[in-house]
Amino acid sequence: MPYDPQLVQPMRQELTDLGVTELATAEAVDTFMGSKEGTTLVIVNSVCGCAAGMARPGIKLALRHENKPVRVGTVFAGQDLDATARARAYFPDVPPSSPSFALFKDGELVHFVPRHQIEGQDAQSVAFNLMSAFDQHCASGQSA
Amino acid sequence: MERTFHHGKHELHGITVVVETSGAHTFIGRCDDITDEGVMLLDVAIHDGTDGPKDDFIAKAAKFGHWAKEKALAVPRESVTNVTRLADVTA
Repeated sequence: MPYDPQLVQPMRQELTDLGVTELATAEAVDTFMGSKEGTTLVIVNSVCGCAAGMARPGIKLALRHENKPVRVGTVFAGQDLDATARARAYFPDVPPSSPSFALFKDGELVHFVPRHQIEGQDAQSVAFNLMSAFDQHCASGQSA
Repeated sequence: MERTFHHGKHELHGITVVVETSGAHTFIGRCDDITDEGVMLLDVAIHDGTDGPKDDFIAKAAKFGHWAKEKALAVPRESVTNVTRLADVTA
């Protein structure tokens, strides 16, 4: 059952304030993922404080990095159920996990950070994981 | 391990763990609590020894996450031989 929207709103806003595109419907996900050229990051946001509490500060730091994806979008697990299911359909070989990060290059999944690699980490460690992937896959003068 | 103030549950509450047992089964799931009764797991993947080496099961989960087969499961304390954070496993 979805969470109280009022509870979730600040957690959404932590990402949208960064310029991340909120994908609240399956159609929005398809439109967003339709642009396959370049790099795309999909953030599966969640309420759980055990992991998501560091996922959001981690991506905030990572998006300040020189190299970063061209497009960054987010779905909210446990809240926007259809959108989350549709987003996960773009990486069907990876077990469902929230929070998590999926980085695509030219439509292909090139890096995935599952929940257990976020749990218990500080924001800097989460950001380092992402920035290492950005350096590997997003470096070529592209910017968000 | 010490208990914490976090919901009054074990310090591994909310953390994805590998639970090894004295039997054939190995479990990977999100720890809800560890009590005198055992380890309570949520969204649990199960290796029963018939589907390839246990180390492969754990290593694959460490890299990509785990496919949950059971929503919730309790592993009796007497059968638990080891509890490890999945993040501490080198894939």
